Parts: sequence; structure tokens; C-alpha cells
Amino acid sequence: MSDSAESPTEPLKEESRPPADEQANNEEKKKIDVLLKAVGDTPIMKTKKWAVERSRTVQALAQFISRFLKLDANEQLFIYVNQAFAPSPDQEVGVLFDCFGSDGKLVLHYCKSQAWG
Amino acid sequence: MADDKDVLRDVWFGRIPTCFTLNQDEVTEREAEPYYLLLPRVSYLTLVTDKVKKHFLKVMKAEDVGEIWFEYEGTPLKWHYPIGVLFDLHAFNTVLPWSITVHFKNFPDQDLLHCSSNSVVEAHFMSSIKEADALKHKSQVINDMQKKDHKQLWMGLQNDKFDQFWAMNRKLMEYSTEEEGFRYIPFRIYQTMSDRPFIQKQFRPVSPEGKVHTLGILLKEMYPAAIPNEGEQKRYQAVIHGIEPLLETPLQWLSEHLSHPDNFLHICIIPVPTD
Repeated sequence: MSDSAESPTEPLKEESRPPADEQANNEEKKKIDVLLKAVGDTPIMKTKKWAVERSRTVQALAQFISRFLKLDANEQLFIYVNQAFAPSPDQEVGVLFDCFGSDGKLVLHYCKSQAWG
Repeated sequence: MADDKDVLRDVWFGRIPTCFTLNQDEVTEREAEPYYLLLPRVSYLTLVTDKVKKHFLKVMKAEDVGEIWFEYEGTPLKWHYPIGVLFDLHAFNTVLPWSITVHFKNFPDQDLLHCSSNSVVEAHFMSSIKEADALKHKSQVINDMQKKDHKQLWMGLQNDKFDQFWAMNRKLMEYSTEEEGFRYIPFRIYQTMSDRPFIQKQFRPVSPEGKVHTLGILLKEMYPAAIPNEGEQKRYQAVIHGIEPLLETPLQWLSEHLSHPDNFLHICIIPVPTD
């Protein structure tokens, strides 16, 4: 929650290279691959795969997506893991990756209305 | 030997005597008396403090009242952690009653989630159960339940109805006879010494070689400093529901009996008092 004031383009980095030639320096190890998928009539993002810092919170990620999609300030954005549950806003994506990631990435669905309760 | 089922009841009815005091900087029309309450360990602060709020609103003007929040010795208390976890983490080795300060202004957005109504608590609670079941059963049990079953879990917690809650929750505690427990144990390890919210990883109740995983094995893996080496003095206590379970206790048993209603096993690592 503490980094909510950052600009939308700074904190996330577009995955431009294939993971194979990634030199796993310390900086990169702190990041995980997140795949963002839209649900229902929520606008899709052209770039779906992002490298996200492990300590980034779900709330900060939701704010980033909202700004990226230019949603109105009063529009809510829900994020789901495994199409099963909405993680707590202060949950770190690194923890979600450790528990629910597969094939080296964390798949998150985002939606403007509640999708999975 | 006592029936293990008694443990569920003891956990559910755990209470913490608490004294609520209004923050000094709040504007009041007359002096606010403190308010005493027995807080259920397994519930959430914003769910059980209606009476506290009413009590203090009596001495305040409506225009001075913002969203309520709670603080203990300078630490804003996260309402979305179970009450027992907040107490064990921040006030375990202190004198009772637990002294909580009530605020109605300067809501600390950086530290706390907003809680406008009980439905926010409900959404958080149900999400936690779903997350736990994703770890335990790949979400199969919670998805097989109907909407009214989900409601029963929530109403059981909200209205402090042990039988209503456990009639449904026992399904979440089952596992097939071919298995030796849940797929993964839903646990969270909290520590006051770190800014990190908590440790949560995949951890199986039994090793690939068939060895039963105990609390000690979990801690050694996740938080090695919590286990003293031979001949070393103990530096930390691993506390669940206000007690230190034996490190030899199987994790699967702990998960079935000492989890909170949100189906997570919440473990607090706190420094041993030095006096």
C-alpha cells in the first residue's frame, strides 16, 4: 500500500526479452512474471506479461492496471487468483506467486465487476 | 484423553479482556469513559466493536466523527487480521486487559484497509477461506458448496454460532482417505521485527518420503531463527491462539484444529521477553 503514489508507468516493466537470455542478477530475482487477463467486458491490455517486484501489493497492481486502462476514478477493479479468490489488497504478489504460480508465472484475472464472489 | 473436538470449541470461545480508550486528541463534549469488552479471538475488530463505537459517539459531535480505527501503543491495528493474531503479535507478554486506543480521525491510509461496513469484512473473510481451500483442495470443496453454504460460514462467524459454522466448516477440513492430509497447509507466519506482512508458501503435511511434517519442521524451513540450535537459548516464541504448541505437533493436526475460521493457521513469532 505504501507505494500507491508512484506513477503508473514506472514500477512495472514490460517483458520485452524471452526469459532465456535474462541474466539473473539480483534486481531480476526480486521480480516475478505476472500474466494479466481481462474478464468479461473489461478492456484488455495489449501487453499481458509484466515483470513485477515481489514486494508489490495487489492494491498497487490494481491501481496500475486502472491507470493503464484509463478507468474512471470511481470504477472498481477486482483481481482474482486461479479464477477462485480475490487476494487481500495488502497481499504481496511474491507470496501469491510462491503459492499459486505455475510454469514460472502468476496468472491474474482482472475485472470491473465481481466475477468469482 | 480429551476429545480433539473439544479443542475446536476452546479455540472458538477464546476471549481477550480489552479496555478501549478514546484517543486524547479527539474532540468531545464531555470526558469519555473507557469501555471494557471481551473480544473473541477468532473474530475481527470492526465486526465486534459496534458497542464501543456507540459508547464513544455519545460524547462526540457528528461532524468530528470519521471512520473508526484502532491502535495499540502506536501501532494501527489491521482489522483484517483475526483479533487473536493482533493480540499475540503485539501484546502477548503484556498485562491484561489489552489496552486499545480508539480513533475517529486521521485514518492511516498507508497502514490500514478501509472498512465501511460488515460486508467488507464478509468479502475479506470469504476470500481467505477460498484462498485456503485453493491450497488445501485446489478449491474443489469450496466450489462444490452452494451460495447458502458460504453464507452459513459467514453467519456462523458473525453471530458467534459455533455449531452453525462447524456444520459447514468440517467439510473444508476433510481429505480423501488415499491422502495423508491436505494438498498444502494454509499457514501464515507473522513477525513484529519485519516490515513484511507475513510468510506464506506451499508446504505439504507429509514429505515425499512419507515423513510427517511438524510445526518444528515448518518453522525450521520458513523461519530458522525461531528454532534454537542445541545449547542455545531460546530467542523466539511461536504462538498460536495464545499458546506455544509443542514443536513435535503434526502440521495437519494443527491445521484441522488450530486454524482460524478463515481456514489459515496463523503463527506469530515473538521475541522471548528479556526480563
